[in-house]
Amino acid sequence: MRFSVRLADADESFSCTEQQHLLQGMQAFRIGVPLLQVIPVGCRGGGCGICRIRILSGEYEARKMSRKHVSEQEQADGVALACRIYPRSDLAIELLPLAEDDNKQK
Amino acid sequence: MRKGVIRPGHVQIRVLDIEEAVVHYRDRLGLIEVGRDAQGRAYLKGWTEVDRFSVVLREAEEPGMDFMGFKVLDAAVLEQRKLDLQRYGCQVEVIPAGELDGCGERIRFDSPTGHYFELYAEKEQTGKWGVSENNPEAWPEDLKGMRANRFDHCLLYGDDIDGTSELLQKVLGFQLSEQVVDRENGNLRVAAFLACSMKAHDIALVRHPEKGKFHHASFYLDTWGDVLRAADLISMHDIALDIGPTRHGLTHGQTVYFFDPSGNRNEVFTGGDYTYPDHQVITWDASQLGKAIFYHDRQLNEKFLNVVT
Repeated sequence: MRFSVRLADADESFSCTEQQHLLQGMQAFRIGVPLLQVIPVGCRGGGCGICRIRILSGEYEARKMSRKHVSEQEQADGVALACRIYPRSDLAIELLPLAEDDNKQK
Repeated sequence: MRKGVIRPGHVQIRVLDIEEAVVHYRDRLGLIEVGRDAQGRAYLKGWTEVDRFSVVLREAEEPGMDFMGFKVLDAAVLEQRKLDLQRYGCQVEVIPAGELDGCGERIRFDSPTGHYFELYAEKEQTGKWGVSENNPEAWPEDLKGMRANRFDHCLLYGDDIDGTSELLQKVLGFQLSEQVVDRENGNLRVAAFLACSMKAHDIALVRHPEKGKFHHASFYLDTWGDVLRAADLISMHDIALDIGPTRHGLTHGQTVYFFDPSGNRNEVFTGGDYTYPDHQVITWDASQLGKAIFYHDRQLNEKFLNVVT
């Protein structure tokens, strides 16, 4: 299955299969479709927090990601790292900055 | 002046999924898995390392580095360095023997960049893996993946790198081998490479607003051909590549960077410079940072500079 991922804040979209995380979908080459570089790409392992987004609508599977960048409450509210999100329907997302508490925790 | 600190001995890395991480470090990097402990931590080592383990993986909610440990010559040195660290003003904690399987008493201390370091004198010495101490063959035949020789160093990110450098130099006898200095910003030091041996570095520090961050753990390979072969394996197994294969200006090592499944960065490298105690510090200008980091591309890379766990 191939789903559409729409960036609500940039009015752009890319497609992503259910086996791809969102960054793989964004970076996949398709003839005639320009590559989008709208979500920052970092470690791609749920660790660095660079690709932090909010999912505004749609169904998805979330794999384990660093609690430093996405708290349990935030995750319940749709915050996620794009490299750990596998779509299960069309999605609408927005970009988020790195977690604001990055420096407060220390 | 050296103070009996002989080498990087271990690093404990936090991972999101222990089984995924073990597959990566054992089957891709080619470290030898030597055991698990009651807490579920996995212990591994490079095949040339004589001590029982050098890499400890701990499953946690946030990836990153728990601590990096250095081996000292003997128990008397350990006791003296403990007193020196206390006198210097570090928070020093004594971790009893056996807390890490096969490791003796550890002296853990904090640092101005927020990283935790350890010293220890004793660790079960099991010898090089797969070769004898008597008339040894060149290498064991049944190594996996990149066939990493040894855990070599870490690069850590934090705010007060001058403070941590001074601690390592004054109390533990490290030597500043290379540095990057911003001449347009009051000669601010933005990176420090330090050695306790005659390697180009045993630890490196880069200035970064947040304390306690982990940039990478690095593992040594034999040849440039092995670095290219490691890059082949990165593609074969769809491992997240960071940068390379290329050469660094700093230390002149030949390298490739990639990420473990939890987003911790790894390096495998070969070659590079050496450091004798009479060597002057090598200085790179921050204006040449692109070339200092990536000697061929000479381009700064945002991801390499800013992505840390």
